[in-house]
Amino acid sequence: MAVRKLQETNHSPDIPESWFSPLEKNEGDAEVVSRPSLSYWQDAWHRLMGNKLAMIGLVFLAVLSIMAVIGPMLSPYDVTKQNLLNQNMPPSSAHWFGTDELGRDVFSRTWYGARISLFVGIAAALIDFFIGVVYGGVAGYKGGRTDHAMMRVIEVLYGLPYLLVVILISVVMGPSLATIILALSVTGWIGMARIVRGQVLQLKNYEFVLASKTFGTKTRRIIRKNLLPNTMGPIIVQMTLTVPSAIFAEAFLSFLGLGIQPPFASWGSMASDALPVILSGHWWRLFFPAFFISLTMFSFNVLGDGLQDALDPKLRR
Amino acid sequence: MGKILEVQNLHVSFKTFGGNVQAVRGVSVDLYKGETLAIVGESGCGKSVTFQSVMRLIPEPPGSIDSGSIFYKNKDLSKLSDKQMRKIRGKDISMIFQDPMTALNPTLTVGDQITEGLIEHNSMSKRAACKLAVNMLELVGIPDPDTRLNQYPHQFSGGMRQRIVIAMALVCQPEILIADEPTTALDVTIQAQILELFKEVQEKTGVSIILITHDLGVVAQAADRIAVMYAGKIVETGGRRDIFYSPQHPYTKGLLHSVPRLDLDDQELVPIHGTPPDLFSPPLGCPFAARCNEAMEVCTKIYPYRTQLSDGHHVECWLQDERAKQLQSGRV
Amino acid sequence: MLPYILKRIGWMLATLWVIITLTFFLMHSIPGSPFNEERATSEAVQKNLEEYYHLDEPLFIQYVMYLKSVVTFDFGPSIKKSSQSVNEMLGRGFPVSFELGMATLVLAVVSGLLLGVAAALRHNGLIDYIAMTVAVIGISVPNFVLATFLIQQMSVNLGILPVATWASPRHMILPVAALATGPMAIIARLTRSSMLEVLTQDYIRTAKAKGLSPFKIVFKHALKNALLPVVTIVGSLAAAILTGTFVIEKIFAIPGMGKYFVESINQRDYPVIMGTTVFYSLVLIIMLFLVDIAYGLLDPRIKLHQKGER
Repeated sequence: MAVRKLQETNHSPDIPESWFSPLEKNEGDAEVVSRPSLSYWQDAWHRLMGNKLAMIGLVFLAVLSIMAVIGPMLSPYDVTKQNLLNQNMPPSSAHWFGTDELGRDVFSRTWYGARISLFVGIAAALIDFFIGVVYGGVAGYKGGRTDHAMMRVIEVLYGLPYLLVVILISVVMGPSLATIILALSVTGWIGMARIVRGQVLQLKNYEFVLASKTFGTKTRRIIRKNLLPNTMGPIIVQMTLTVPSAIFAEAFLSFLGLGIQPPFASWGSMASDALPVILSGHWWRLFFPAFFISLTMFSFNVLGDGLQDALDPKLRR
Repeated sequence: MGKILEVQNLHVSFKTFGGNVQAVRGVSVDLYKGETLAIVGESGCGKSVTFQSVMRLIPEPPGSIDSGSIFYKNKDLSKLSDKQMRKIRGKDISMIFQDPMTALNPTLTVGDQITEGLIEHNSMSKRAACKLAVNMLELVGIPDPDTRLNQYPHQFSGGMRQRIVIAMALVCQPEILIADEPTTALDVTIQAQILELFKEVQEKTGVSIILITHDLGVVAQAADRIAVMYAGKIVETGGRRDIFYSPQHPYTKGLLHSVPRLDLDDQELVPIHGTPPDLFSPPLGCPFAARCNEAMEVCTKIYPYRTQLSDGHHVECWLQDERAKQLQSGRV
Repeated sequence: MLPYILKRIGWMLATLWVIITLTFFLMHSIPGSPFNEERATSEAVQKNLEEYYHLDEPLFIQYVMYLKSVVTFDFGPSIKKSSQSVNEMLGRGFPVSFELGMATLVLAVVSGLLLGVAAALRHNGLIDYIAMTVAVIGISVPNFVLATFLIQQMSVNLGILPVATWASPRHMILPVAALATGPMAIIARLTRSSMLEVLTQDYIRTAKAKGLSPFKIVFKHALKNALLPVVTIVGSLAAAILTGTFVIEKIFAIPGMGKYFVESINQRDYPVIMGTTVFYSLVLIIMLFLVDIAYGLLDPRIKLHQKGER
């Protein structure tokens, strides 16, 4: 308020004379960098922590993973153990998630299914990662004709209907877990290869890579400080989003009878088996596998979204 | 010549999660009919925000015009409703932006984009609008305007696109054209052509131009009057000769010394050290005090009042105060 | 435009050829050839098979002959049902599946776009949160789960909609809803993010500076640009919907192609599997092609950049 008043009176006679002597210059005090500098990964982690939905997803995934490991052990019933006296029992203290038409414990089977789903999802993501990084990396690094030819192959493969190929391979090889993972990998790596190639192509020409080289920075340091943060972001995001699509594909195949074969269970096959009895009111048969598959997909999806935001170097503030 | 636009004590701030950024802190500036007024300052000084506020184009929220007024034809633009403001935008006051590569919609033809303003404001038929658009393209120097009208932006070079943007801004014959860094994204040779075009257009249409720029070369070439902006305030205003030949504010002097000049033989380039203040919590006194070589204690405490040096030459600096002058002359 | 279309057609044919070749050799690599005696149910079927597949010829000749018959749209006989050819099954099943698929695609695209645009325009508002919650759930819940849930709620508990089959428009509601939710969610999310990005573009600010109305800015200037990334994924969504029809037709007992396909898988009726696979691929490739053309029509820049990869 006082300041404004002074301005208005225009001549401000009540300013002490001494204020008109020149200031002693204090070098450098004008610029204080107030912000602590964070490494790329610290910064990304902080931003991920700030994303509530992604954190919820992460917590769910942690719980699901733990339960996938210990869940079947918590129950006294074996996954495949039939008990024809206890058919289609609703959830109770003996059978927490009820039983199916052969008297098998749905709780045990649900967590067994969690193992299958998580295993399939992670295995598919890892295989996609390795093939994609090698293929895309070679294409991007070599460039020129090699790149051109390799990209043509991808273009043709891209036109292949993903699940149809998976079905075909499962039909030919006979249903098994290995078949599913193989089938998922046949076309799954394409997306990853495209991303890696794009990244490598871009990075090859980035000025900061060139700049680091001219400063005589060691190659390993260039890779760790410059290439990794810029390349790994999209790759990690792609991997996180591959997992739910692989889990969905496994459930889909099992639902069609091409996945996990009885007496073993996966979420997809449990949902498929529950279909005929849903009309007779045995809701728990569908609810538990359906709920957990949805929860898993949800968790991976929101985590993937969160990572996408957190790892984008352009969004760094 | 009369005033056509009067900005008085304008305050604009933006809410961010770091706090309130006071981007414009009491800007007063007038625009006269038919003149070119240049607003000069380094990036982040609030020069773009000021005139985006005049156009009411700052996103609200997070931005908001906190106080002050913007008079155009006896109307305070800061008080108009969105709908009333829409009738002024493009018709009475036009604005063009820095990068012609992104200022045009890539999926619409150039003709469509030039004529839509006419159709909106003058409820003109498509055909009549096209005719005017062709004339406009001719005016801004685009050859073969009839065919060019049906082409898409990607079929034009950067300089050509800026001409189209100018045609688009002028097609409704506005009284004021606000050009926000119109030449920054262009090659030097094209820059000169575009500045030439502004002069030509001004002669033909009598439009008043506000030229926002950080480039003193552009200013010297195109401006009649100059306002120097620093940290959300206008620190010095004057005619082109005032600013270039007798700059008074240390910041204006600093700006001029940091630009190479061909007419001085062994001139040393003097950069302005330091960075502008953080506008989250702007300093109480003169914002330039921390970087100023002639700063006094008073500069850090109280913002200086406006001193009139001659007709149309104003400066806001404590060095103009009698007491400062006495002390300095006494010491030397 | 024309060279671009011709080039795309070339790639379509190449992809189709890869698929036919792949299916053919995959099927013939199954241990104990699926086309052998013990698989066939009767003499008549066996005779049909031999005739169609030229089983007495060397493999390569068989392959050429198969290519030839596929090109003339003849997919051969079924193993299990002597009286039926694959063509007849496709003829009966395809119209139903096409109806289901198209209704789903239209619903997904229209509702997804509306939801996405509404969310973007009310960014961080209530509509945005509701739309994105719906979208996250839509992406997370597999269609077969949703289908069964819908049957249980709407048909069994409430009894307001028929449980299954494909008899009237009322029968279409549940399967189409179950199938469309996932793609709708994906479109809504993509539309929202792309719309939000477009709204920050300079040309939108230019349009505002011209004094255009918000309606014109959104629907004339923003939407067309925001649609571009959405269009590119419609192709893969069509693929997802198509494979989705397998389970949806199974769940709702809809007599479409998908149901025959699933049956043929369970019965290991290889000629039917081969025939339907090739046919499905053809449908999908045509979809991808149409999407490409749509993209070209939407984005004027594409004509110049026909060499560029997508």
